[in-house]
Amino acid sequence: MTELKLPSLDYAALAPILIMLGAALVGVLVEAFVPRRLRNGVQLALALLAVLAALTMVILNADDRLLTAGQAIAVDGPTLFLQGAILILATMALLLIGERSVERGGAFVAHAAVTAESPEDRRQAEGGGGTTEVYPLATFAIGGMLIFVAANDLLTMFIALEVFSLPLYLLCALARRRRLLSQEAAMKYFLLGAYASAFFLFGVALVYGFTSGIPGRTAGVDFATIHAAVADSSASPTLLYAGMALLAIGLLFKAAAAPFHVWTPDVYQGAPTPVTGFMAACTKVAAFGALLRVFHVAFAGAAWDFTPVLGSVAVLTMLVGAVLAVTQTDIKRLLAYSSIANAGYLLVGVLAPSKDGLSGTMFYLVAYGFSVIAAFAVVTLVRDADGEATHLSRWAGLGRRSPFFAAIFTFILLAFAGIPLTSGFTSKFAIFAPALDANQAWLVIAGVLTSMVLAFPYLRVVVMMWLSEPGDATPTVTVPGALTSAALVIGVLATLVLGVAPAPLLDLATGAAEFVR
Amino acid sequence: MSNFPFLSVLTVAPLVGALVVALLPRRLPDLAKLVAFGWSLLVLVLSVAMWIAFQADGDRFQFRESYAWIPNWGVNFTFEVDGIALVMLMLIAILVPLVILASWHDAEQSKRSVPVYFALLLVLECTMIGVFAAADVFLFYVFFEVMLVPMYFLIGSYGGHQRQYAAVKFFLYSLVGGLFMLAAVIGLWVVGGKTFDWQALSQADIDVNTARWLFLGFFLAFAIKAPFFPFHTWLPDAGGAAPAGAAALLVGVLDKVGTFGILRYCLPLFPEASKWFAPWALALGVIGIIYAALLAVGQNDLKRLVSYTSIAHFGFIGVGIFAFTTQAGTGAVLYMLNHGLATGLLFLVVGMLIARRGSALISDFGGAGKLVPVLAGVLFFAGLASLALPGTAPFVSEFLVLIGTFTTNKPVAVIATLGIILAAAYVLWMIQRTTQGTLNPALTEVDGMRRDLTLREKIVVAPLIALIVLLGFYPKPVTDVINPAVKATMQDVGRTDPAPAVGSVQEAAK
Repeated sequence: MTELKLPSLDYAALAPILIMLGAALVGVLVEAFVPRRLRNGVQLALALLAVLAALTMVILNADDRLLTAGQAIAVDGPTLFLQGAILILATMALLLIGERSVERGGAFVAHAAVTAESPEDRRQAEGGGGTTEVYPLATFAIGGMLIFVAANDLLTMFIALEVFSLPLYLLCALARRRRLLSQEAAMKYFLLGAYASAFFLFGVALVYGFTSGIPGRTAGVDFATIHAAVADSSASPTLLYAGMALLAIGLLFKAAAAPFHVWTPDVYQGAPTPVTGFMAACTKVAAFGALLRVFHVAFAGAAWDFTPVLGSVAVLTMLVGAVLAVTQTDIKRLLAYSSIANAGYLLVGVLAPSKDGLSGTMFYLVAYGFSVIAAFAVVTLVRDADGEATHLSRWAGLGRRSPFFAAIFTFILLAFAGIPLTSGFTSKFAIFAPALDANQAWLVIAGVLTSMVLAFPYLRVVVMMWLSEPGDATPTVTVPGALTSAALVIGVLATLVLGVAPAPLLDLATGAAEFVR
Repeated sequence: MSNFPFLSVLTVAPLVGALVVALLPRRLPDLAKLVAFGWSLLVLVLSVAMWIAFQADGDRFQFRESYAWIPNWGVNFTFEVDGIALVMLMLIAILVPLVILASWHDAEQSKRSVPVYFALLLVLECTMIGVFAAADVFLFYVFFEVMLVPMYFLIGSYGGHQRQYAAVKFFLYSLVGGLFMLAAVIGLWVVGGKTFDWQALSQADIDVNTARWLFLGFFLAFAIKAPFFPFHTWLPDAGGAAPAGAAALLVGVLDKVGTFGILRYCLPLFPEASKWFAPWALALGVIGIIYAALLAVGQNDLKRLVSYTSIAHFGFIGVGIFAFTTQAGTGAVLYMLNHGLATGLLFLVVGMLIARRGSALISDFGGAGKLVPVLAGVLFFAGLASLALPGTAPFVSEFLVLIGTFTTNKPVAVIATLGIILAAAYVLWMIQRTTQGTLNPALTEVDGMRRDLTLREKIVVAPLIALIVLLGFYPKPVTDVINPAVKATMQDVGRTDPAPAVGSVQEAAK
């Protein structure tokens, strides 16, 4: 029995994670001790302050390239870049979550456990305070994501996965309106998420078994050991392939890649829209951060084996997302399928095993996150007496009623369609160019073809908003409060700036594009 | 004067103008029109100054400017023009003020904002200038795609019948082509040494097979844009639905981006592939000439008819480009200019006629010449120019294309000549059914048909008529500018003319 040695902790490097988790705990205490009427303000301020403090620490740590906490956490370029991205996007999401002036009491219901559609439930939908537990839940989720992108062994990664997934399941169930949809979404997400976690865990076990075959080295699930095992393990490669496949399933589920995407439209539609935005932006960053690390660090040596499989998944994902987006009639479902297709494009970036590929993927994650949160911010504003009007037919003639917001949404849709001078174009370039450089022409061609298909649903929304005559059913756009406005302005400006002058962020991403092992 | 940054100023100026116009209050539509018109005149003045500063016997590319944009990918704001691009820039600068003047009342018929209409026209001008002035493939692609957005809204928001369908079809077709080009652009970047600079790329050594694929990517985008048969189906819809002014810019300038792109990008960058694909391109051109002309004969909608005639003319341009002789090439470029003038005029006049009658159907007219004689006369002239009557500018270009093609490919030239006969058929028959013959009694009941050309409309058509006649008799100033650029392009492809070129061009021009 070897002696147990306490791992040394580099507190400065871990600070962003510790701050977020600490703030989440304080948030729970706030729930217990702060009077109800003050809670919302206090919680929002606490969450925002925590995110900003964590972001400051990320910036201060910018030059760190180290492993800490007994090799469990890697603080390197990609970690810091992605942590920064998650924190900035989370700030926008928190602003949306904190919005109270668009709807009385906010987008969240006070008592999620009340039977849906019961008289009491209808009463609480009409007004009354919303729950403030969303802030600690969101903060926990952010903390989990920060660990997820930094995890340097599979067990830490699994724990982080659970830490950020469980609060998300709960957050999905809290929508003020359309309670049944919301509860269904949460249930579905939870059950499928649990399966995915089980797959992931089983994969960890198989990979552990595979690593036991290295001569003269103990088995383990840290990435350095796995990397060594891929090179010269004497164990059966079946263990490796099966383990890799199971791990990939767990991660691709979170990334919303086909065929593990089926939860996405339902959950995106049912969840409160600010939470949907949070998931679409931050969960995507976290999931792809983990995918990048697992496949570029741990399994880099097996690239020949996983590239065709992941490539097929990428093509399938792009196809499914693009083709099904065409048939959607609900704006949130449309954005969900678009997010699936974008997962496919991101996978193309993951499969370009070069510095450019890594930096391009990270650039794409940031650019897409900004746009998608802005898109969902607009969705929260288009509403009628029953809450958000998400059916596409209701958006007809919106350009006439509210040209400003219709113009903003058009701009975001053009960005999604990849029109130049928006971040959508530069990010597509950032991903396709390294992929072509890595001789993955088929992925690029699939990406281009599906982009064409995907342009159609986006254009259909533009046509709806501008070229159709407004009907009686056209909802008005609520004047946004300061918080939503802030999120919207950040998102739209970022989409424009990253499209017109992407060089600074590209420099940052290129400088960060190196893993430590 | 030649140190003046003409190209960047020319590109940015309309955009600034568009912002100014868009920010004017909606209550002051007349002010918006005046500002937009004045601004476009300013651009015209600048363009004329640039034309004068351009040295026809100087370097192939002039007015080069280059500013860093995205150093990570080697993208620069690089502008420069050769004679071909210069001619196209002039065409834009001339057409836009006339279109603004011709569209004076167009936007009021829709319920939408008048200033925005004129702002969109100026944005369109900015992107059109940018696309011809760019010498960086990435920059070219950016303008190529962004150009769709203002045109989409011009058609979709201010167009006529079926405008939504037409706008979406236009956008999707162009976007599909553009995305194929994007794949090719990225491919070119990878094999060309991670640069987008045209000069550097034209020196790049590209594997034969790769070059063919890249050529296809570019060619597809340009063939859709131009449009060549069989990628043409969006144009009649878009041209038919767009407001007349926007339609004049659409076929007059926007579509030239396709043929210009082939000349500037496909031929010099992929010379071997161009030769390899030339028979196919020639076939598409010839089929387009005959097929579109036949369809034009059968049209009952004036704007759709003009759109089909354009497709036939683009067939001629395509044949001229892929014949690989300096004569045919010069003819093709000259055709790009003349077609812009003649078809632009035809679209504007047809638009005036339609605005009066309130219908675009030929069967709703008949004997209109008795009510609006001057308008009918202008239509007649525009029609004759369009069918390339000797003495009008298009004749020179069509003739150059045909003789230039004849020296290398006789069957193609012979079949293409048939297109001239068909052109006479569709133009004359259209004229006969609208302005000649017995007066359609329904016409006398339409108030608009009692007003002949107003002063504003006369100012619109006069410069175009003058230019068409002038260039029909004396095209030398333009051919002098075009010739060196075309020759250089043909050298890039590695084709020399079977006969001495310069002398015969000028003789033919005279």
